[in-house]
Amino acid sequence: MTFDYAPAPESRSVVDIAPSYGLFIDGEFAPAADGKVFKTVSPSSEEVLSEVAQATSDDVDRAVKAARKAFEKWSALPGAERAKYLFRIARIIQERSRELAVLESLDNGKPIRESRDADLPLVAAHFFYYAGWADKLDHAGYGPNPRPLGVAGQVIPWNFPLLMLAWKIAPALATGNTVVLKPAETTPLSALFFADVCRQAGLPKGVVNILTGDGSTGAALVAHPDVNKVAFTGSTEVGKAIARTVAGTDKKLTLELGGKAANIVFDDAPIDQAVEGIVNGIFFNQGHVCCAGSRLLVQESVQDELLDALKRRMQTLRVGDPLDKNTDVGAINSAEQLARITELADAGEAEGAERWAPACELPSSGYWFAPTLFTGVTQAHRIAREEIFGPVLSVLTFRTPAEAVEKANNTPYGLSAGIWTEKGSRILWMANKLRAGVIWSNTFNKFDPASPFGGYKESGFGREGGRHGLEAYLAPSNPKGERR
Amino acid sequence: MAASRGMTLRYARRYAPLVTMPITVPAYGKEAAGRLASMADVTADDGALRRFLHGLPGVDAVGLEARAATLGTRSIKTTAKAYAIDLALTMIDLTTLEGADTPGKVRALCAKGINPDPTDRTAPKVAAICVYPDMVATAKEALGDSGIHVASVATAFPAGRAALPVKLADTRDAVAAGADEIDMVIDRGAFLSGRYMQVFEEIKAVKEACARPDGTAAHLKVIFETGELQTYDNVRRVSWLSMLAGADFIKTSTGKVAVNATPPVTLLMLEAVRDFHAATGVQVGVKPAGGIRTTKDAIKYLVMVNETLGEPWLTPDWFRFGASSLLNDLLMQRQKLSTGRYSGPDYVTVD
Amino acid sequence: MSTVDARLSVFKTYKLYVGGKFPRSESGRVYEVTDGKGNWLANAPLSSRKDARDAVVAARKAFGGWSGATAYNRGQILYRVAEMLEGRRDQFIAEVADAEGRSKSKATAQVDAAIDRWVWYAGWSDKVAQIAGGANPVAGPYFNLSAPEPTGVVAALAPQESSFLGLVSVIAPAVVTGNTVVVVASENSPLPALSLGEVLATSDLPGGVVNVLSGRTAEIAAPLAAHQDVSALDLAGADAGLAKELETAAADNLKRVLRPRAEDWSADPGTDRLLAFLETKTVWHPMGV
Repeated sequence: MTFDYAPAPESRSVVDIAPSYGLFIDGEFAPAADGKVFKTVSPSSEEVLSEVAQATSDDVDRAVKAARKAFEKWSALPGAERAKYLFRIARIIQERSRELAVLESLDNGKPIRESRDADLPLVAAHFFYYAGWADKLDHAGYGPNPRPLGVAGQVIPWNFPLLMLAWKIAPALATGNTVVLKPAETTPLSALFFADVCRQAGLPKGVVNILTGDGSTGAALVAHPDVNKVAFTGSTEVGKAIARTVAGTDKKLTLELGGKAANIVFDDAPIDQAVEGIVNGIFFNQGHVCCAGSRLLVQESVQDELLDALKRRMQTLRVGDPLDKNTDVGAINSAEQLARITELADAGEAEGAERWAPACELPSSGYWFAPTLFTGVTQAHRIAREEIFGPVLSVLTFRTPAEAVEKANNTPYGLSAGIWTEKGSRILWMANKLRAGVIWSNTFNKFDPASPFGGYKESGFGREGGRHGLEAYLAPSNPKGERR
Repeated sequence: MAASRGMTLRYARRYAPLVTMPITVPAYGKEAAGRLASMADVTADDGALRRFLHGLPGVDAVGLEARAATLGTRSIKTTAKAYAIDLALTMIDLTTLEGADTPGKVRALCAKGINPDPTDRTAPKVAAICVYPDMVATAKEALGDSGIHVASVATAFPAGRAALPVKLADTRDAVAAGADEIDMVIDRGAFLSGRYMQVFEEIKAVKEACARPDGTAAHLKVIFETGELQTYDNVRRVSWLSMLAGADFIKTSTGKVAVNATPPVTLLMLEAVRDFHAATGVQVGVKPAGGIRTTKDAIKYLVMVNETLGEPWLTPDWFRFGASSLLNDLLMQRQKLSTGRYSGPDYVTVD
Repeated sequence: MSTVDARLSVFKTYKLYVGGKFPRSESGRVYEVTDGKGNWLANAPLSSRKDARDAVVAARKAFGGWSGATAYNRGQILYRVAEMLEGRRDQFIAEVADAEGRSKSKATAQVDAAIDRWVWYAGWSDKVAQIAGGANPVAGPYFNLSAPEPTGVVAALAPQESSFLGLVSVIAPAVVTGNTVVVVASENSPLPALSLGEVLATSDLPGGVVNVLSGRTAEIAAPLAAHQDVSALDLAGADAGLAKELETAAADNLKRVLRPRAEDWSADPGTDRLLAFLETKTVWHPMGV
């Protein structure tokens, strides 16, 4: 007899999804101007969860107008009052965290263990953190009287729908801006539920507006002439297009884009924890993580030992129903993303890398990809250069610390990196040389609202989180406190 | 076997010029000594042993604790829970180690070990009754042919602060009285001051003292008192040291200090056992002891065993809980599963 | 009738400053630089796209050493620049007066302010990390520190109207934090910038840390904005139309772009420019025994 874990499904009944949702503009839900809708499905089953409105450019205009109107009063509120709204939001999110976690796993496909233990606690923490800043902006290091920018147009991705919303909305509101936010096309539901959180918190109408839609909605939003601030998290390709769109305007821009992080393991690493860090680095959230440790750089002298241990560990990963509390790896977010992962993995094989995946049975419906590892990868392979955004790890080797740095930095990206060694001075030397915005040493994929996050090079610019995260939403003032 | 062969090679690379060891042998079996002999170079002298132990991979405390915590979130329900509860029951070393112990108390505990649930005779019996050496004969008699082992602490338990001849006499006495298993304590003072060879030799000596005239031997559990060793690096080192010295089981704690078994310490010991097995083919058991009181806790430990060592260790031969109050909680949970009602303390026995 | 004792002066050949050397434009072209009244001052090199390329190569090559130098060392070197400027104060006053059509006293104020600004920025070298970085109190057993790092190679279009104070005000904040710079001098008034190259060359500043090009701003800026190895753009010297074009081109590799804005170069600069070309690196490490 073996110790087989019986199904342990989280109850779906804690979340009540309406058959359809409108756009949330000026505190009211309303259909799109032309009445168009699209379906959102659960990627683990392809079941239709709901129908949401496809916002047009007219809707974008209406939402920006509402945000503009709300800006006057919202920005004039004392910081302490804005803080209290954000504290309310944080508390309501904590109260409703189980419901929101289930919703997130349904719409996104991520394991409930992660939405419950990572996403939702971080969402609430982010609102708590920035709530506290709202009445302390004079002390934030951005001049004596920093002012909000106005209306922020925010476009977020599908990998951490509610967490990315929190990263965008919390600092924007704390600093006195109003918001028009577009959630990703495949994961609109948690943002719409957030609209209800705003309602419960009594947030003034128009301060937060949620527009569901596809890329065209996002493009209309960032191009809208009355938007003062554009914040985008997503692909580098779209990020560049947005940078072109706002060129020559006064819009302040922050971009949090792709990555191809090196996770560097030295032969004196704490091996068992390094293996956990590698697994967490690339299989957390199905590898749908911009800062995923998608390139494992392992010192040749420890390669065999590490890969044996890693493969052994990968065999214990439980792939399947996102709502099962014991699932480690959930569903790929969309058919489109699955196709991209499949295409790149096939290219890895075609280019000569050796593919390995543990035996695992994948569900028959929905979008699935087994945790996969490629060995014999070189810097020239596509799977070493392109962001796969899936549970696929490319293993490369190095001989010396200098070679590790050179290979790690040899990419247009620069979002994150990992270092595993027990030698302190080597960690600091490596951390100093790596051109990336977040360096995890002897850990990986750790996030905190107090910790600035963002990239070097083509991984984007600006920081989210911490004191640094305020800058994106404040107009710099000159030493006399006048707005520039 | 292909996988374990691969892992053998891996550790051979790191630890010793080892020939492949495709067949698993139990630590208490005759063949184990030969396997350990293949690692003899690392225990050849104090310097070699120190270099080996200090060459083991480091342990990152935060990462280890995070992994143990994540495994602790596994949700074990319905059939899996029923399986785990019965498995945990069979793994209990039901323990009484009090200055106030009497033959009457020990006999009562033995009776409970044989028939844990007075309302349900299908409840499996525990693995062993764990007592002080002077209670071994009483326990042996009370357990009769039940199949339940008698485990005896020895070697001046719990402090271990006695001369080696006294510790060996303590051990021999317990074995002579019928102990099936000996739970010894290591000399933590010697370990913390770096006298690794002394600790190693002492374990070897106690192992020899476990031998019976008929050529069989009591199984040896080596208690580290991890709460006193403090660091995880020390726990990994002492795990290897003890296994190299011939430990059949490695055990966290005496239950007599402030910090006893914890999930991360136990996980680390499971990993050491896994790596030792990969290197030598020798299977060694693990026993967390002290502080495990609830079914929920016990199941977390079983999950760690399942996901670190796997099925071969999910038996009382290779995993034990050193516990006393855990038994009643397991029984109450077992009753809940069979009746659908929550049970209460009046429906299990108090001894 | 001329006096016999009138000495014929020696003209200076103004050259580019690239990689610590003083090349002519590879194109062999020059253009005429005049004062406010149209009087000929000198011929300045008319830089080409290849000069821009060479300057970027030099700046990138210098980046590792300069960004890896200690902050104290960078501060010392930049202070040395101010010392050298002070020694050539009269020369710069004359050049600024000519270039900007200012009186001697107004030109003096400009040059003094520029020297003082250089001193001000030099002092920032080992302080900026303390205002831009710090410990982050994360909710877990982790040491977490954010520190600023230089972005890389900054291509700066010097202000068109403030040929020296404005120039210094865009170069100094970029280099003090460890960036290296390719600066395009004011198109009509490039001579103070080209002379600055001579000061930098004698100030212990490693070659390539600052590279000075003169010529048509739009012509040189286009390849810089599109260059994949340029990390950031300071558009101080671009008009709105050019700025939009350059910012659009800069999107190809997501350069950090500082847009042109109304500036009073004589005002207290604040820390905006100092912080504009910094990346924030955040390092995590577990705390455990």
